[in-house]
Amino acid sequence: MKHVLEPYDITRESEMLAPLDYNRRSRLKDTDRIYPAEIINVIRLTEMEKLFQVRIIDDTDRERFTFLPGQFVMLEVPGYGEVPISISSSLSHKGFIELCIRRVGLVTNVLHKTKRGSKVGIRGPFGTHFPMDKMRGNNILLIAGGLGLAPLRAPIFHVIENRSYYKDVYILYGAKETNLLLFNYQYEEWERIADINLRVIAEEGDANWTGEIGLITDLLDDIQVDPGSTSAIVCGPPVMFKFVCSRLTEMGIPMHRMFVSLERRMHCGMGKCCRCNIGSTYTCLDGPVFDYWSVLNLKEAI
Amino acid sequence: MLFRTVLKEEFNRLIDIFLSSHEVIAPKRIDVDRDGKPVHQFLPVSSIDEIDLGYETTEYSAKTYFLPFKETLSSFCYEDGDWEQEIKYRLMPRFLVGLHPCDINALLKLDKVLARDYFPSPYYISRRKNTFIVGIDHEPCEGGFCRAVGADTVTHGFDLFLTDLGDRYFVAINSDRGYNALNRVQCREVTEQDNQDYLHARAQIAQGHKDLPIHNLPNLMDIEFESPVWDQWGAKCLGCGSCAQVCPTCYCYGVKEDVSMDHTRSEKKKILYSCCIKDFAEVAGGHNFRPDRATRLKYRYYHQHRGFAESYESPMCVGCNRCGRACLAGINPPDIIRDLQEEGTV
Repeated sequence: MKHVLEPYDITRESEMLAPLDYNRRSRLKDTDRIYPAEIINVIRLTEMEKLFQVRIIDDTDRERFTFLPGQFVMLEVPGYGEVPISISSSLSHKGFIELCIRRVGLVTNVLHKTKRGSKVGIRGPFGTHFPMDKMRGNNILLIAGGLGLAPLRAPIFHVIENRSYYKDVYILYGAKETNLLLFNYQYEEWERIADINLRVIAEEGDANWTGEIGLITDLLDDIQVDPGSTSAIVCGPPVMFKFVCSRLTEMGIPMHRMFVSLERRMHCGMGKCCRCNIGSTYTCLDGPVFDYWSVLNLKEAI
Repeated sequence: MLFRTVLKEEFNRLIDIFLSSHEVIAPKRIDVDRDGKPVHQFLPVSSIDEIDLGYETTEYSAKTYFLPFKETLSSFCYEDGDWEQEIKYRLMPRFLVGLHPCDINALLKLDKVLARDYFPSPYYISRRKNTFIVGIDHEPCEGGFCRAVGADTVTHGFDLFLTDLGDRYFVAINSDRGYNALNRVQCREVTEQDNQDYLHARAQIAQGHKDLPIHNLPNLMDIEFESPVWDQWGAKCLGCGSCAQVCPTCYCYGVKEDVSMDHTRSEKKKILYSCCIKDFAEVAGGHNFRPDRATRLKYRYYHQHRGFAESYESPMCVGCNRCGRACLAGINPPDIIRDLQEEGTV
């Protein structure tokens, strides 16, 4: 007898047969398919953080992989797990991604032990991005605290590579201690670029530190910008948002032109696992980049 | 929608046809509780005698056949320092018989999140499309408040839907495969008498529903965000997550990887989780955005009745009150909602 019900095979759907592209969010796809990727270089930043330069192995996948500043990927270490990591690199190197990773848990600790040439997996990119196009013609304040420089690095590269689109550019970076400052080998390069103002501050200095000492908000005291045509990107721990963003509000910058990146531990990146939910807002879909007015309207966001 | 009537023995013959070729899941009486009330679960059955379509409710919802507690997302094979990823989706069709309207409405809500919108889930869609669903009307269950949340009736989301008319079922047909399946047994066009009997049966059921003042709840959730109601109920919560396990619409999960003993394979599994469990909103480094039980309980209600309603125009809750029955601390939605409403009128 013929079966009452024929099996349904989703892999035969035309959308499933199309090349995998996470940017086409509403299309059917192998949502858990990872791009195999090779760790090209491991760069030690501090005691706790390393920068991993990762390249998607397949040529066509690499060519197709595009992201925007502020987006994140899910990084898979087979056998250990998957973690959400913000992309720290410039858009201009296709399929070549830099991920700044602090060792704090199972997966990140294993990553810190891996060597150049190891094969990992990447899904993504996921999430919203900093609206760099809408900021054109504005002064740009790029503000980071601690590990916040990791997600801020993509917009920094974008601004540098498209310098003529923007008016005055300030990069403000602060950390608790001087030995926690990330990417210190890059400050000189950024500083030497004419017309980019880089200021680095540490809460506590040490014998070798000749830079400024204080809080990140101190750096805003002597910045003179026209608030009507200024946009800000703020990345750092939640407590920093409150202080920096209220200071920016005092300066007259509207909250809808301040952008922050929120941190949550996503397990899927696709609005399914709910782990990043704030109310019913998925940080992975509607964020991680939010304007500050939206953040104020979310319960328990920061 | 097409309607037919089918004699009960003929419908049983249809189930027998299902049983001969496919896996059949149906409400099965498995035990009695301490008050002598029968306990039912949706379980695989092998004969018609095991099926009890007159059941009141089940402890677990039928969600488990669409979102299993544990599901392999992908597996990795390791060889010579390299690995390959393998992904499989469910292919075997099965029959799910005896779903109440609340549970079908729950699937419709899950469809919104998992089958449409962003990143439709191939795992869920495979299971959904490979499941033939026969729903059935029933007398309101004790503690349920499906009518208050608009989940006491369904017009789609099933293949066949039965209403008991004594010697026969009034059948609503909602798919071509449902139509074809029903035509394997003797059924007939509905008569005026069938229609009247059906409407009478529906009216009987509607009368039995209890009212719960649920209007304006999304707004109330916002206003009462700092209400002491949450602390009172939160103090009782054990943070065990049972509510989410029995809930027909809770879909949140965590991911875990298991490595085989010989290190040649590993499986990446999704395991259903609960927002009431302590580490649900913990991030790297140990910061927890919802560290206490009251905040987590509030978040659960906020997501169901405010957040989901904002995104999809109706609350996520279907009023089955399984969470209320499963809760070891006696926390149940009707009481919390009543407390919130009272708080709102003080």
